[in-house]
Amino acid sequence: MKKLFVVLVLLLVSIFTFASSLKVAFIYVGPVGDAGWTYAHDLGRRQAEKVFDGKVKITYIESVPEGAEAISVLKSLANRGFKLIFTTSFSYMEQTAQVAKQFPNVIFENCSGYLKSKNMGNYFGRIYQSEFLVGIVAGTMTKAGKIGYVAAYPIPEVVRGINAFTLGVRTVNPRATVHVVWVNSWYDPPTEKEAALSLINAGCDVIKSETDSAAPLQAAEQNHVYAIGYNTDMRKFAPTHFLTSAIFNWGSFYTKTIKEVFDGTWKSESFWGGLETGIVDIAPMTDLVSPQTQRLVKAMKEALENHTFHVFDGPIYDQKGRIAIPAGRTASDKDLLSMNWFVQGVIGSVPK
Amino acid sequence: MKLIVEKRSSRASDLSILFVSLFSVLVALIILGLIILSLKKNPIEAYIELVSWPFGTVAGVVQTLIAMMPLLFTSLGLLIAFKMKLWNIGAEGQFYMGAFAATWGALFVFDHISNPWLMVPLLMILGMGSGAGWAAISGLMRAYLGVNEILSTLMLNYIAIHWVDYLVYGPWKGAQSHNFPITATFPKAAILPQYGANGLNLGIFFALITSIFVYYLLKWTRLGYEIEIAGDNIRAAEYSGINVKRTIVIVMAISGAISGLGGMMEMSGVLFRLQPNFSPGYGYTAIIIAWLARLNPFIAIIVSFFFGGLLVGTQQIQLFLQIPFSLINVFQGLVLFALLSGEIFLRYRIKVVRT
Repeated sequence: MKKLFVVLVLLLVSIFTFASSLKVAFIYVGPVGDAGWTYAHDLGRRQAEKVFDGKVKITYIESVPEGAEAISVLKSLANRGFKLIFTTSFSYMEQTAQVAKQFPNVIFENCSGYLKSKNMGNYFGRIYQSEFLVGIVAGTMTKAGKIGYVAAYPIPEVVRGINAFTLGVRTVNPRATVHVVWVNSWYDPPTEKEAALSLINAGCDVIKSETDSAAPLQAAEQNHVYAIGYNTDMRKFAPTHFLTSAIFNWGSFYTKTIKEVFDGTWKSESFWGGLETGIVDIAPMTDLVSPQTQRLVKAMKEALENHTFHVFDGPIYDQKGRIAIPAGRTASDKDLLSMNWFVQGVIGSVPK
Repeated sequence: MKLIVEKRSSRASDLSILFVSLFSVLVALIILGLIILSLKKNPIEAYIELVSWPFGTVAGVVQTLIAMMPLLFTSLGLLIAFKMKLWNIGAEGQFYMGAFAATWGALFVFDHISNPWLMVPLLMILGMGSGAGWAAISGLMRAYLGVNEILSTLMLNYIAIHWVDYLVYGPWKGAQSHNFPITATFPKAAILPQYGANGLNLGIFFALITSIFVYYLLKWTRLGYEIEIAGDNIRAAEYSGINVKRTIVIVMAISGAISGLGGMMEMSGVLFRLQPNFSPGYGYTAIIIAWLARLNPFIAIIVSFFFGGLLVGTQQIQLFLQIPFSLINVFQGLVLFALLSGEIFLRYRIKVVRT
């Protein structure tokens, strides 16, 4: 009898500990091996996994198509006891909101979207600040005065990045132009490479990638033009022509959010951290970048961190030379989040 | 010792078909297990994940039903055409055109209608009409110009997909989508009733009714009789006074209408908005489903259910064993490969002869 009691207690305890351990999942838009966007998120996930070592069960699923399959995966997770689900792409926003409505006890976090509800938050980094800094590097390195930009979708997130980059370029090289090619996909290495090659053929001597893979950097390396990466430090893909990278560090945000959900203090919010939070940064500049430029970039970074300077401080002109943000004013977050026009110096257009 | 392959004289029995199909799946599972083992993961766990959730739990079965819905519609559409030996491989395009027409209706034509009892039937008619029209193009070209329908239906797939891309990237981009290629969400009246948190919707119900309709059509109607004769021997059909040309066009149109209805149901039942690449190739998987079902509309239900479950089950393997996405593609390919190679044993007898 006593034995049975002990066994029962042990069973209950084990069930309790099993049930109380938080289950967290990440849904990725590309493969973990993309070396870019998804890889950066996975680095963040792994960092969080290390912090909670065993106390939290964390899983992920890669390359989930954006239609019905995303919905199916989200429902599987919500049904199978996952309490916190990160969907790491703008493309999943609507699907996440749809499933979040049906599972009010599960917390959802969507990256780079804008929809928010009681159990769904959104998060992103002010990567445009990093874009501005790497823009300075590009502006000093171009000899032709033409920089190629391989971009994914013409959504505000990307348009903002291109604008910030161009503003960075033009602070040191006021006559340089930034040429944009849309890939219309987050992850499509052959098309990304094609885009980079067409920009190189058009005379661009610095290639800046914004898509998820490192293919544009490889194209730059093969054609002996400078390369600037995105998402992660991509130097190994262009060992002799790599300059720097605008990078994300998702780990601290993921750790913080998981802890909040674990402690029961989580609240739905729109998190948009800048350089000062460390969620965005730039990769160490290579020796190709002169010490003066490196010092300038560091000074600008400090100014951005201290908020003594903002990327979108006026006066800023649009492509037609009309004043878009007057002197003495700075773009509000609302303006930034719906940005659909290019600044002066960008060659290309935002489809309307 | 010599291997001799000889054609079987009689048609394979139903039991042997079932046996070979099950055996093929088993072979695919064993190969998958070996690959998983080489990744130093437990294949038994993978098998459990593959089957237990999509077939063994209420929520999982609902997900399987949702995943099978577009597969059943498209395979039923194809099956009618295949019965007549019309090789319509354009279910994907007809599915896209159905989704396109439903979106057009829901967002731009009937957007002021707030009664779902009026809206949903109108969208169904639009979806069917558009799928039918799309397939009828190939039917007309085949009947009156002698254009091979395999090529024309396949090429029309690409046109349909690019047409949807054009709309979603261009004029139909939703105001709330911030330039992302996705349309606005359907109004409430255009959305099929959803049951429970898992979103079981009437789409699967309509798909099952369609199976009965297809069975009735093939078995009990004059058209079904004409399809059977023409499928056996077109000459004979012509001599017996059947207007074969007209029948070709009608059959293609019905085939497209059913796939188009599937596209409409996917929009109104599951996705509620049009976006590029919303189909992971349902119309192509449907070719295999129709074939495995031996062109029987009721067996198509079972095979679609199996393939729907496979889709949901492979998601579970990815989630809980963290097996790379590419391996999932390999596995789905393996299942098809095994099933198709199993056919050889049904059609041919392999003998070992001592020499």
